[in-house]
Amino acid sequence: MTDTVTDPALEVAPGEPILEIRNLSISFFTRTREIPAVMDFSATVRAGEALGLVGESGCGKSTVALGVMQDLGVNGRITGGSIKFRGEELTTMSPARLREIRGRDIAMIYQEPMASLNPALKIDRQLMEVPMIHEGISAEEARARALEVVRDVRLPDPERILDSYPHQLSGGQQQRIVIAMALMSKPALLILDEPTTALDVTVEAAVIDLVRELGEKYGTSMLFISHNLGLVLETCDRICVMYSGEAVERGRIGEVFDEMRHPYTQALFRAIPLPGADKATRPLIAIPGNFPLPDERPPGCNFGPRCDYFQEGRCDAQPIPMVEVPGDGHEARCIRTEEIDWDAPPEVSDHRESTEIGEVVLKVDGLQKYYQVSRPGLLGGGEAQVVKANETLSFEAHESETLAIVGESGCGKSTLAKVLMGLETATAGGVELDGRAVGDVPIEKRDTRTVADVQMVFQNPFDTLNPSMTVGRQIIRALEIFGVGDSPRDRKRRMLELLDLVKLPREFATRMPRQLSGGQKQRVGIARAFAGGARIVVADEPVSALDVSVQAAVTDLLMEIQREQKTTLLFISHDLSIVRYLADRVMVMYLGHVVEIGTAREVFSPPYHPYTEALLSAVPIADTHVEKKHIVLEGDVPSAMNPPSGCPFQTRCRWKSRVPGDLCEREVPPMVEFAPGHKVKCHLSQEEFASMEPVITLAEN
Amino acid sequence: MIRFLLSRLLTLLVTAFALTFIVFFLTNLEPSLEKIAKSEIGTRVSDAEVESWLDRNGYGEPMLVRYGEWLGVVPGWTHTVDGEVVAGRCELPGGTVETSAFCGILQGDWGWSTVFRRDVAEIIGRSLALTGKLMFWVMMVMVPGALILGVLAGMREGSKLDRSLSTVSILTTATPEYVSGVVFIAVFASTAVGLRWFNGSATSAMEDATFENFTLPVLTIALYGMGYIARMTRASMTEVMTAQYIRTARLKGVSFPKIVLRHALRNALIAPFTVIMLQFPWLLNGVVIVETLFNYKGFGWTLVQAAGNNDIELLLGVSVVSVVVVLLTQLISDIGYVYLNPRIRVS
Ligand SMILES: Nc1ncnc2c1ncn2[C@@H]1O[C@H](COP(=O)(O)OP(=O)(O)OP(=O)(O)O)[C@@H](O)[C@H]1O
Ligand code: SF4
Ligand code: SF4
Ligand SMILES: [Mg+2]
Repeated sequence: MTDTVTDPALEVAPGEPILEIRNLSISFFTRTREIPAVMDFSATVRAGEALGLVGESGCGKSTVALGVMQDLGVNGRITGGSIKFRGEELTTMSPARLREIRGRDIAMIYQEPMASLNPALKIDRQLMEVPMIHEGISAEEARARALEVVRDVRLPDPERILDSYPHQLSGGQQQRIVIAMALMSKPALLILDEPTTALDVTVEAAVIDLVRELGEKYGTSMLFISHNLGLVLETCDRICVMYSGEAVERGRIGEVFDEMRHPYTQALFRAIPLPGADKATRPLIAIPGNFPLPDERPPGCNFGPRCDYFQEGRCDAQPIPMVEVPGDGHEARCIRTEEIDWDAPPEVSDHRESTEIGEVVLKVDGLQKYYQVSRPGLLGGGEAQVVKANETLSFEAHESETLAIVGESGCGKSTLAKVLMGLETATAGGVELDGRAVGDVPIEKRDTRTVADVQMVFQNPFDTLNPSMTVGRQIIRALEIFGVGDSPRDRKRRMLELLDLVKLPREFATRMPRQLSGGQKQRVGIARAFAGGARIVVADEPVSALDVSVQAAVTDLLMEIQREQKTTLLFISHDLSIVRYLADRVMVMYLGHVVEIGTAREVFSPPYHPYTEALLSAVPIADTHVEKKHIVLEGDVPSAMNPPSGCPFQTRCRWKSRVPGDLCEREVPPMVEFAPGHKVKCHLSQEEFASMEPVITLAEN
Repeated sequence: MIRFLLSRLLTLLVTAFALTFIVFFLTNLEPSLEKIAKSEIGTRVSDAEVESWLDRNGYGEPMLVRYGEWLGVVPGWTHTVDGEVVAGRCELPGGTVETSAFCGILQGDWGWSTVFRRDVAEIIGRSLALTGKLMFWVMMVMVPGALILGVLAGMREGSKLDRSLSTVSILTTATPEYVSGVVFIAVFASTAVGLRWFNGSATSAMEDATFENFTLPVLTIALYGMGYIARMTRASMTEVMTAQYIRTARLKGVSFPKIVLRHALRNALIAPFTVIMLQFPWLLNGVVIVETLFNYKGFGWTLVQAAGNNDIELLLGVSVVSVVVVLLTQLISDIGYVYLNPRIRVS
């Protein structure tokens, strides 16, 4: 234990490297082989700067971070290269010196907050431990410090928080505690590995805001790992793009975003929806093929097999080095950076006209769904409570229309889907499908037609397929249930057609689900949903479990089939970028209420419902030309078991003070109609609505 | 909490009721009764004599009625000769017999042991105390031993220490008490090997337990349970050691011993605690064997005697006590689990 916090001799001047990773290679060793997870990776974090590390799942981001922390587990080993922290080599450091550095000089935060906190220890002990180990201070001093830091991360009632166990806090609060723990000894370098992936968008925005602010306050340098380009743009100064274990492009964030010089970076940007683009003008372009596994990498350029600019004999001839491109330390791992015309617009294969919106297919009127739950008290017993999952929902959906339902966790999106599917029955109100009432008919009592008419694509393709049945068999099962086809031969033919429809090779009929990638499984899920000629398909976060490069392909497929079959698509999502890209109409939900509904254009431009406004501001956008108004919501989404009185959003609303009296706290606001079909549930006056400014503006250039 | 206790109490009553009924049924089959009669009045008697003895001693009535008598919901039997009550179930001290009185288990009357010729309650009380003493020492050796073994093995999965300790614990659970007991006696207490360190009989330990006369029986039971608990502890420890929060602690710079003691131990002990308590009924098996083997007159030994001699009321008493002991340990295990696991405690 040392007595000083930081050795002044080790203090690094701003702009000088604090962490230097040179040609780092890391492998995992299994019984049979070596898995090279990271190869020849270099990156530099400068004092006071934040470096973003982006890439798809499995490309080795976390492995780099754990390599820096020297915590690769029993089977991971650094096989080459060096990692220098303030000039000191980490790879050969003694365990004792390493312990001194961990927690005091370098701290790490990772993905799941609940799992990073010890469930059996109170928060205060977990926080106090850090300075007590590293600075040898007394328990009282440590507690005082803990209190101060918990205040810094803006948690309400710090005393009570310190005195609780992790499970008594919400996900957002837990993540703040994890951040507080990392900051207890004021580290010089903070490593954040996907710190907000498990959080809701508005909570994520607040946490990111906090991280940025605290980084400035304490002068902490950061290594920020994420798969979300928008988030990296909002937090980092420099960026390093990783692909299959290698760094493929490095540079200042603005340069990489606006003048990318690697085909993979370009492909990533073309695969994500950006504001100002919709499905008709700028379709998403998926990256063809799949990510290579660490032990199946191609010769030469790792990205070669998926690269549009691939040249045989050059790109696959030798390992590709990092080359300098014009700019401030801008480098790319591609030999054709100077030959490619980077400004050429993407080739758009087919221009799609938007389809005609048809008749009303689904009519939901005053739908209400309450769940009776008995919360278990100590050792059984407990009192019954009501979860108000849906409150008086009313909307219509038309043929060939995409209606997006957005909102954060617990807002009742999935409950609505379940009622439509017949997996739950409505407590009150009506659901009409083509004029037939189905709201209180459970699925086992529905006739074949209705079951086939309302189908669902689930969030997680991994648990919806039967693992012991071939793909073809599963689709045929669905056809049998929907009563499609007269003979087994007929159904088999239809099954093969469905595989064509979702662009899977016909050989896949005999494959088992485990032989499929995530995106391919999701395609099978889509094939099943459309097997019976569904009128309505409810897609519950259909792409959020997939990688960016695959998301685009699955989204486009869904849209295409919908267009051909004139299906009504209810697209449930919390990702507003994708909603803006594909939805015709948008319905925003909060705590079981529809707070705003209208066409995509109406919902995404003012006047907004105050919650829509906050949600729009919270979504990170990977575009340097976008100016965003900064709105941070306080606190968490209230529990549906104990919703606030009056307006559901009143506990976090920044406009509440503009409403005279305590109207917002007393009365649930009425639905106000701005234009035909555009309705907002809020007490604000017309003048206030008129004064609202757009959240997102595209800067001219 | 109250509801939980009530439901546990109900289970206890139902189980005790069912078990005693089965025991009662089995011990009151015709051949068993005949055996009792013969052991009382001699083996060479005619069937008629047996019949009349059974009648005189209250065995003549229908089984259900007599079960009710034992329970205390049917008045005790009496045998009258010439209008005078000469014998009966409810005998007061001094020899007078109460008529139409209830004296079953509900009235606190556990009955009479035909083998030991004493009150069942008295026998059970004394043997329980002796077994309690034995179990106390077993626990004192087994629990810390098993936990230390498991934690040491589990803190570094796959290490040499882990492999050797795991082998030891598998060996101990794989060896039943009647094998290890005999081996111990042969090695440490007989002239065969010559290491006469300990006594092969624990009879003297009933009055005065010493290192010599008590080590072998305690060790025999403890070793058997120890391996199982140690393996559970190890499994739970290895799981905890790979948890994210242990990585958090490591990356905070906490030293390895402190990680084990402060961060891992409590989480790792939640699962084995339940196992230790559930292990209790299993240990009672061992008690039967070990007490018989070492001639230690505790509860297990009493059970063997009662069963061997068809001592109906003693056997019933032993059953009731066993059920209570087993369910009580479960209750303690539930409460302890809640105490160790704050997630359940607060919600
Ligand atoms: N302990 C391990 N044993 C074997 N292989 C591993 C181990 N940990 C990671 N890998 C492999 O190393 C590669 C890189 O994994 P890593 O976790 O660093 O990816 P990542 O970029 O952080 O992905 P994600 O975005 O999903 O977190 C993957 O192919 C993974 O399967
Ligand atoms: S080296 Fe060739 S294959 Fe690799 S990214 Fe550049 S152009 Fe594409
Ligand atoms: S009703 Fe009041 S609290 Fe609710 S959104 Fe409108 S202004 Fe905010
Ligand atoms: Mg990762």
